[in-house]
Amino acid sequence: MNQMSGKTVIAGVGATAFGKLPGRDIVSLNVEACRKALKDAGVPKDAVDAVFVKVPTSSREFMFGQKVCEALGVQPKIGGAWDQGGAANISLISFAAASILAGQCSVALICYADNPRTGNKQTYQRPRGDDAIYGWFSTAAGYAMIQRRHMIEYGANAAALGEIAVAARRHGAANPYAQLRKPLTMDDYMAGPWVVDPLRRDDCCLVSDGGAAILVMSAEAARTFKVPAPVPILGLGQCQTSWDVQLRPNLTSTVADVSARMAFEMARLRPQDMDVAQIYDCFTITVLMTLEDYRFCRKGEGGRFVADGRIQIGGELPLNTSGGLLSETGTPGLPLVIEGVRQMRGSANLQVSGAKKCIISNQGGTMHTHSTLILGQ
Amino acid sequence: MTMTTAELTITPVSEPYWTSLRCGRLKFQSCSCGHKWLPPRAECPSCLNTDWQWVEAEGTGKLISWVVYHVAYHASLNDRLPYNVALVELDEGPRLITNILDASDGRGLSGDAPVVLDTGATKACQRSQFRLEHQPANANLT
Repeated sequence: MNQMSGKTVIAGVGATAFGKLPGRDIVSLNVEACRKALKDAGVPKDAVDAVFVKVPTSSREFMFGQKVCEALGVQPKIGGAWDQGGAANISLISFAAASILAGQCSVALICYADNPRTGNKQTYQRPRGDDAIYGWFSTAAGYAMIQRRHMIEYGANAAALGEIAVAARRHGAANPYAQLRKPLTMDDYMAGPWVVDPLRRDDCCLVSDGGAAILVMSAEAARTFKVPAPVPILGLGQCQTSWDVQLRPNLTSTVADVSARMAFEMARLRPQDMDVAQIYDCFTITVLMTLEDYRFCRKGEGGRFVADGRIQIGGELPLNTSGGLLSETGTPGLPLVIEGVRQMRGSANLQVSGAKKCIISNQGGTMHTHSTLILGQ
Repeated sequence: MTMTTAELTITPVSEPYWTSLRCGRLKFQSCSCGHKWLPPRAECPSCLNTDWQWVEAEGTGKLISWVVYHVAYHASLNDRLPYNVALVELDEGPRLITNILDASDGRGLSGDAPVVLDTGATKACQRSQFRLEHQPANANLT
């Protein structure tokens, strides 16, 4: 893996508006995001010979990768859709980078779009299999179960989770494209109603319509195409927990640590080398556990790590600088990658001054799947 | 209020599990390789073979975690609010989703607390129901 580091780049990024997008279908949202990513890179559509699509969350689709390719008017060598929840975005970047370096393709689009906000939110409120007879419903409840166990093992975490929510909302308030721009105080957070106790309202990410896409190619191809601002991919990692929440022998740690270790080893970097981070924040507990699993701090010390503004802009490790899933958009995964690209280009709305390394986490299901990306300059 | 088993997907593999619960008995699968598990599945997830049998659980375990619902995600759950959903580890090893009786809003629950199967309640509502070991049935908690 080490020889892969820096040999591929993110050449272009694109996204639709986020929020309520009535009347837009998910194929169209994918096409808009891809069109913008190609334009950002200055690369013609005809150069694309791979299209990696993340399946939508809110509807079941068959042959979805081909539907998107048809609408894009491309016949890629590699094309199809991957189902891994939110982790799929970075996993697909990993597959694209490996395929490019193996000579199987040369210019790859990775894209995702969904419209649960104006469409179908049922996925998030679903019965959890046969256990629904116990009242076991919803995506949020799985994270709440994990959050409670973290409280049992490491003590109360509401203040820590509040810090994460407050930081995301502060950053989102400064982002003109963010869906939720209302700042949040710690008092607001604590006063928020239960969604599923111990999850409060502001622990939970947004539900959004929207699409995002990125273009990946070799660093050499980026020079050939005269791409204006390519961002090198330094590290990639993945690992899958697989077991559903109730069957995991350990609820307070996931295989995110394996994914991060892969990425750090590929990049030959350590957590302390990161200047900025985009950590998947579907729920605040996910951020706390990911920081611990990534070894930014020891297990159980995430609360102390996120305190005193360390994760806010101007702090030691600014986190989710465009607002993340809690404030910018609930569209999973790729918007975090796009913000990482902007930070490395020096063009972010809340730019971390002098930032040269950014780590990005993606995860899916109820911490079932995980993937990690490290970007550089 | 009880939800009916109509919402269950009962298969030839899982049918003995649900039939036992209707008699107030909780069973798990035990493989010749030594692995024990729930929920029901055709192959042992450890050795992948099918040389397993149903074994009745002692009905004792510990509370790993729980959540409390204040909002119903299904119309049939409105009457139960607030209610808890708990994750219990049986002393034999398997883990399962269940409810803890007499603690609907979660008060009185603590991590790793010993819990026991309430066979009467399990039989009555056709799904496993536990209670804190140190809290006898019908205790007045108000």
